[in-house]
Amino acid sequence: MTLDISADSATLSFTEKLGQIPWSFVLLVTIVASVGFAMLYSAANGQFDPWASRQMLRFGVGLALMLFIAMIDIRVWMKMTYPLYGLVMLLLIGVDLFGSMGKGAQRWIDLGFVQLQPSEIMKITLVMALARYFHGASLEDTGRIPYLVMPLAIVAAPVALVLAQPNLGTSMMLIMASGAMFFLSGVRWWKFALVIASVLIAIPLSWQFLLHDYQRDRVETFLNPDSDPLGTGYHITQSKIAFGSGGLTGKGFLQGTQSHLNFLPEKQTDFIFTMLAEEFGLVGSVSFLVLYCLMLLFGFIIAGRCRHQFGRLLALGLTVNLFLYLFINVAMIMGLIPVVGVPLPLISYGGTATLAVMVGFGLLMSVHVHRDVRMSRRGLGDL
Amino acid sequence: MSAFDRDAERQRMLSRRTLVLGGLQGAAVATLMGRLYYLQIVESDRYKVLAEDNRISLRLVAPPRGLITDRFGVPLAVNEQNFSTIIVSERAGDVQQILDEVGKLIPLTEADERRIQRDIQRSRSFAPITIKENLTWDQVAAIEVNLPDLPGVSIDVGQVRSYPFGEALSHVLGYVGAASEKDVEGSTDPLLTLPGFRVGKGGIEKQYDQALRGAAGNRQLEVNAVGRVIRELSRDAGQPGREVALTIDAKLQHYMHQRLSAEESAAAVVMDVHTGGIQALCSSPSFDPNQFAMGIGYEAYQALLKDERTPLINKVIAGQYPPGSTFKMLTALAALESGIINADHRVSCGGHIELGSHRFHCWRRGGHGTLDMVGALMNSCDVYFYDIAGRIGMDRIAEMARKFGLGGKVGLELPGERPGLIPDPKWKRQALKQPWHQGETLIASMGQGYVLTTPLQLAVMTARLASGKAIQPHLLKSIEGQFTETTEWPAIDVKADNLAVVVKGMNAVTNVPGGTGYRARINVPGMEMAGKSGSAQVRRISMAERSTGVRANDALPWRERDHALFVAFAPVQAPKYACAVIVEHGGGGGAVAAPIARDILLECQMLEAARATVAQHPSPATDTSPTPPPPEGGTP
Repeated sequence: MTLDISADSATLSFTEKLGQIPWSFVLLVTIVASVGFAMLYSAANGQFDPWASRQMLRFGVGLALMLFIAMIDIRVWMKMTYPLYGLVMLLLIGVDLFGSMGKGAQRWIDLGFVQLQPSEIMKITLVMALARYFHGASLEDTGRIPYLVMPLAIVAAPVALVLAQPNLGTSMMLIMASGAMFFLSGVRWWKFALVIASVLIAIPLSWQFLLHDYQRDRVETFLNPDSDPLGTGYHITQSKIAFGSGGLTGKGFLQGTQSHLNFLPEKQTDFIFTMLAEEFGLVGSVSFLVLYCLMLLFGFIIAGRCRHQFGRLLALGLTVNLFLYLFINVAMIMGLIPVVGVPLPLISYGGTATLAVMVGFGLLMSVHVHRDVRMSRRGLGDL
Repeated sequence: MSAFDRDAERQRMLSRRTLVLGGLQGAAVATLMGRLYYLQIVESDRYKVLAEDNRISLRLVAPPRGLITDRFGVPLAVNEQNFSTIIVSERAGDVQQILDEVGKLIPLTEADERRIQRDIQRSRSFAPITIKENLTWDQVAAIEVNLPDLPGVSIDVGQVRSYPFGEALSHVLGYVGAASEKDVEGSTDPLLTLPGFRVGKGGIEKQYDQALRGAAGNRQLEVNAVGRVIRELSRDAGQPGREVALTIDAKLQHYMHQRLSAEESAAAVVMDVHTGGIQALCSSPSFDPNQFAMGIGYEAYQALLKDERTPLINKVIAGQYPPGSTFKMLTALAALESGIINADHRVSCGGHIELGSHRFHCWRRGGHGTLDMVGALMNSCDVYFYDIAGRIGMDRIAEMARKFGLGGKVGLELPGERPGLIPDPKWKRQALKQPWHQGETLIASMGQGYVLTTPLQLAVMTARLASGKAIQPHLLKSIEGQFTETTEWPAIDVKADNLAVVVKGMNAVTNVPGGTGYRARINVPGMEMAGKSGSAQVRRISMAERSTGVRANDALPWRERDHALFVAFAPVQAPKYACAVIVEHGGGGGAVAAPIARDILLECQMLEAARATVAQHPSPATDTSPTPPPPEGGTP
């Protein structure tokens, strides 16, 4: 099996590719990121240091990376999917073995200039790997259980490693994104029903034997936040106060009392949307959600216009990923789901989440630029 | 099925499922927005209140305590700045090194350093920790000069109550101290919850605590999650305590304190016979209220408590003594008012009188011969008063005593006043369930037996004898300039002629040779005093002792000696001041207490004369306002 892409690359010159890049999407991403800069500026009480300036730098690097990825032929990415997946698996194992301690969980590899969080990268590579696997799958294939053993293994391996870190939030995201991929690939409804039913049975068991104490605390706190007002529930209580006191129009930029007086924990990372809602009110928070959803919409549109299954699945997977970030983060800080420690990409301060999402955007745009390339069933060039 | 068809079918499936997925996502985002609406619109008001509660910390501001002055405006209780040095550990860096440096400037004990280190560990890093309190001015200066080398160290100024006259006025003013549970109980004043807030613990400080205290102010502070103050939002200074002016004359008080200090244990009070205003009130020995305001040590307090001369008790209002012969004016007046005898009634004193099987002695063993009423008062002849008391009965005597302020609290504005006791047959039946014996009337007629009075009551009695008015004693002249004194007192219901007889007798005591107080008379024309001595026995003299000879006071232990009393008023012609003096276990009233009364009344009139001279011939070089005497011993 050889991959012949020369014919198709020739069909698109460099300038044609540049022209195909969805610049309105790039603009949208930049606007969303700029809202993040403003909030980080506010989080530091009206200073660029220490967060906003570094975040801008990272965004700049991410933007360049995003465009670079977008220019590379989607078939190259397809070919590199499994090696990349293997590499990130090795990094995950490395984290478990050598990772530095942070917040009671081993999640980082310190590369000096950036703390690499392989679990964030895995969110991309897992979607790629599943898209690659299901690219050639017919509906008959996806109907056969043995055919699903391999993708289940692809999912289970990183999920197990991430759970071992332990990182409940990311493993949930990996499972849900993968579930969406299985669903899009045509796996039957009843199979999902079966899995969900078995999960419901497994929950009490894992509660007893698998979850760490702090994870149990989080769930218990979620179920009854007022029982422990100065402990873990304190965060959520204070976050809700910040949301509510923002009212319709908010307290004004740099004027959020809950965030600036430190009643709000982690205001520059997980709780940054709380701060936005406090300072700009319902008007600001809903506008921001709409802006974020526009990015999701782009993902759906790109998927819809793509003419190959790999691109469609990849675009939808990446979109699901972005949605999961948004939903889990925002639902968590509003007290709708337990505290799981998921950041809001492009807005929250932090290197890997933003970079991972921008790498995802790069792939998404690559799908768009190369939406018309022809691929075989096996994903190798022409029919 | 062709590959193309299969592809198309797969794509339709994908499209359908994409729609499902998109729909789910839309629903999820709608849920988020619904939640936003609920939090930010529906529940917004509730959360706004909670956010303000978080943000704003209300701190009470203690108003300055009101001053207490004497009748001329001389400050008797003031607020002084109290300097302490504090350290903020987050600015200090190496706390131990800074403390070592501070230790070179002011003495720090090892216990101090341990306490500081402990406080620092227990507190937030931005909280100021006290290094040392009550710094002298030199110590403040030494630290101020070195502040650039002492990061995190600063000088803090607080307020401490200070009493310039120290011991001289402690029984009038009382002192301040931390509020006890009893003080807090039932009070809604938020000031009481302030750490370090002081309330009146005795005397005027306690009596007029509400006026002196003022009303709490508050500061609205913006604080962050760990309680650090970000800024002040608003400030309400509250209502400062009101100024309380007393009827006390600080100079006279100071003089009286010094005069009484010569005795082991004594008390005296001077009042205006027309207004009832207390000019001076002193109980000796005393205590230093400044020690209490700063916080007195356990050992010093125990020493005060255990002293048998009771420095903590105000004997003027809380000391109950048999009045002895100072009571005889009332027996005389009761007899005159009864109409049973008149002033010319004569009794022959042979040294004792027989009643049934009992023999009642006169203080002079040989007897006084024949005396009329004035002579009996002048010589304090016991037999004369046995005689008239036997004729009129106890009820009349008791009624007269109560008219003159004895037998019940007179109501001076000081906490802790005791009522004394004027016995009568009814009282004895009720309290002791025993019948009254006539012998007890004789004993009571000379102020012994069950009769108990406070020096204050004796002064009130004397003032009422001198003025003929039912004056009430008081210490308050004005609160914040609002005067409360009056000379409009009702006349006492006794005949002026009868009163004049008694006053004539009192005049004879001090101004006729042979009177029991003659040696203590005032020689200055126009300032002469009239008085009455009293020597109150505190032990029973047994028949056996009488047969072997009554022991002299000097031969007895201190606690068994007689109390020396003297009551007096001056000037005789136009009474202005009344005075009562008691020297506990001092011996004879005429010999021991009378000279003190003389000195006090003379000083009182001299001070008044000096002020009148200054007022008539004001000299630019003379300060018309009296200045406090230099405080004794140490800095206030």
